[in-house]
Amino acid sequence: MQEFEVRQRVQALMGEINPDEPGVEHLDFLRAKFDHGLGWCHFPEGHGGLGLSPKLQATIEDEVQKHSKSYVNPFFANLIGHGMGAPVVLTYATEEQKKRWLRPLYTNEEFWCQMFSEPSAGSDVAGLSMRAERDGDDWIINGQKVWTTLAHLATWGMLVARSNPDIAKHDGLSYFVVNMQSPGVEVRPLYQITGEAEFNEVFFNDVRIPGDQMLGKEGQGWQVAVTTLMNERVSIGSAYAQRDSGVGRKLRKLFNERANQHKAASRATLRDRVVDLDAQYRLNTLLGQRAKAAQRAGNPGPEGSVNKLLLAELQQQIANTGLDLLGSDALTFEAGYEFRRPGEGERDLEKAAKFDFLRSRAATIEGGTSEIMRNILGERVLGLPGEVRVDKNIPWKDVPRGN
Amino acid sequence: MELFQYSDEHDALRETVRQFIEKNSEETTVRELMASERGYDPATWKQMAQEIGLQGLIISEEYGGGGFGFLELGIVCEEMGRRLLCAPFLSTAVLAASTLNHCASAPNQKELLSRIASGDAIATLAHAEPGNRWDARSIQMQAKQDGEGWRLNGSKSHVLDGSLADIVLVAARTPEGLALFRVDPDAEGLTRTNLPALDPTRKLAALEFENTLAVRIDSGSDIEANLQTALDETVVALSAEQSGGTQLVLEMATDYAKSRFQFGRPIGSYQSIKHHCANMLVASELSKTAVQFAAWCADFARGDLVEAVCLAKSQCSRAYFNVCNTNIQVHGGMGFTWEHPAHLYLKRATGSEQLFGQPTSFRARLGDLLELES
Repeated sequence: MQEFEVRQRVQALMGEINPDEPGVEHLDFLRAKFDHGLGWCHFPEGHGGLGLSPKLQATIEDEVQKHSKSYVNPFFANLIGHGMGAPVVLTYATEEQKKRWLRPLYTNEEFWCQMFSEPSAGSDVAGLSMRAERDGDDWIINGQKVWTTLAHLATWGMLVARSNPDIAKHDGLSYFVVNMQSPGVEVRPLYQITGEAEFNEVFFNDVRIPGDQMLGKEGQGWQVAVTTLMNERVSIGSAYAQRDSGVGRKLRKLFNERANQHKAASRATLRDRVVDLDAQYRLNTLLGQRAKAAQRAGNPGPEGSVNKLLLAELQQQIANTGLDLLGSDALTFEAGYEFRRPGEGERDLEKAAKFDFLRSRAATIEGGTSEIMRNILGERVLGLPGEVRVDKNIPWKDVPRGN
Repeated sequence: MELFQYSDEHDALRETVRQFIEKNSEETTVRELMASERGYDPATWKQMAQEIGLQGLIISEEYGGGGFGFLELGIVCEEMGRRLLCAPFLSTAVLAASTLNHCASAPNQKELLSRIASGDAIATLAHAEPGNRWDARSIQMQAKQDGEGWRLNGSKSHVLDGSLADIVLVAARTPEGLALFRVDPDAEGLTRTNLPALDPTRKLAALEFENTLAVRIDSGSDIEANLQTALDETVVALSAEQSGGTQLVLEMATDYAKSRFQFGRPIGSYQSIKHHCANMLVASELSKTAVQFAAWCADFARGDLVEAVCLAKSQCSRAYFNVCNTNIQVHGGMGFTWEHPAHLYLKRATGSEQLFGQPTSFRARLGDLLELES
């Protein structure tokens, strides 16, 4: 289908229903958009798509925005669901499950969360120990997950658990979709060094999952998870692009606001550092564009992984420099450390600088630690040999574990 | 042309140049030439012009050049930088050609650019003066009118291929402002002295002028700004050279990390070495990005050129130096020997970092552009 035809389809939809019109609920519009195959156009007909190239989704969003001011792309509020849940459901779920799950996921009537990481399985997520034991047709889940975004709001969760501890670690995992309202699921906020809880800990105590909510076959959990994680990389990439634009600009603004507070010699040093970091940040943004161009041209290189690694480290350095610009004002933390869920409140430059300083400590950990990213670059891009492994080809239960 | 999109023709150009340079700039050749006074191989130089037309790349077809842009020049310079090609290319085909493109009057362009494009002449620009300033505005040498001609007095420092050049361009001030002159390389009162360079693969000279006769060749309009543009364009090419060298050094370190065994395994399997290599890759990818952006701005977005040049000089200098430094570390003792090529790249990187102004001065300029308080 050509771009203009896609635009015509959007125009037809907007003729039927437009969220700008009085009395039209945004939700009803999203449902209609999904039913017209314009939700995620690369999905098959009947599941929110038209079987088109994913590139055309941008055209659709553009055309919708031309006709509606109040439209909000549901992607970003339910990032995990849209970025990871929908693709994995599409690939592995039954026709009936797709009918049940995809539409309310698209419209954000049902949020999704992803539960892979555990306290004892971070970088080595395939070493996780949450148990899944068969009970008739069902599975019984016990254990703990951590760093779960949106778990407190989610209806459904994607879960990887160990269905067989007696075989090698990658082979003994299975993948489930679990209803987060099931008895035995307990979600607790996980407070970070900022005082905010963006994430949760999720405890599973004899939680029962119907057998047909296993995605893929028993023991295929790792392959299903890898598919999901590949989608995470794409969706986190786009989220970063949204969230982080302007970090360099903010630093420059802060410098100009604070320049006079510093004596000439230190001002010159700080100025060089600000320009340097801003320059690297902008080059990294350009690198992101280069990655996209390479992808479009059909020869993706290492640009994407380099981009993520650099972004994380630059965010920290920019935040560190922000604090240096504040000087003695960095000694105070006006927001306080009251435990809370992330707020929407506006922050002035000074408050933002302090918050960003603390929050950016996670940049080099979340979504793959910088050490793991460097291993990936070294091994998968440069072809360097892997580390000597002590956990390969032995049963998971025999792999050495700390506490 | 869209940013970061390259055509099949670009790939073909890279392949042609790579093959040519790998054949003509092997390490043994580099070592021979860097030890020689002339510093380049005239036969290779001729072939470069006649077979691939490299010297005329950014010279218009009207004057016998190829009429290409900086995307193409960037590709060529990357390939030259990879193999430390010893040739007066940056001085002749970039610095002098670009200076003539932007500052010379049409008849002078015609005469001089066609000699450059054909490979018949080596050319350079003498602009920097003793001190640490490379920008057009800092030029202080005064030209005195003498009948139809002009006389020059004073010193020019760090002139690229200054002792070799057949066409010597000089930037100096007249009462009306900056002007471009040409002096006969054998003129009375001109002394050209080769400097003992830290990077022996690049020849530098000091030029002394003592009442030296000069011919004014500029077009008369806004020479200071136009010369600065030529200098900025030269930095695009220099950055491309740096980026090419960075890529090669990354490959050198990675290959070694795969083949060198200690404690019974390749050293590249240790994370300490692997992460060194990963950092080199990051540096290299960022430099490539900076160069492609700068070249693209030079061709299609002139308004952003200065900014892009500052980004490129800052990024490519640091990256090249860092990878060369790490490369020696990865190679261990072997990397510190004269026999190993690691030091040739380290020296090229160090020289390139200072040439045309050090990274801090480009960042200071970028800070001004971004309207940061000073």
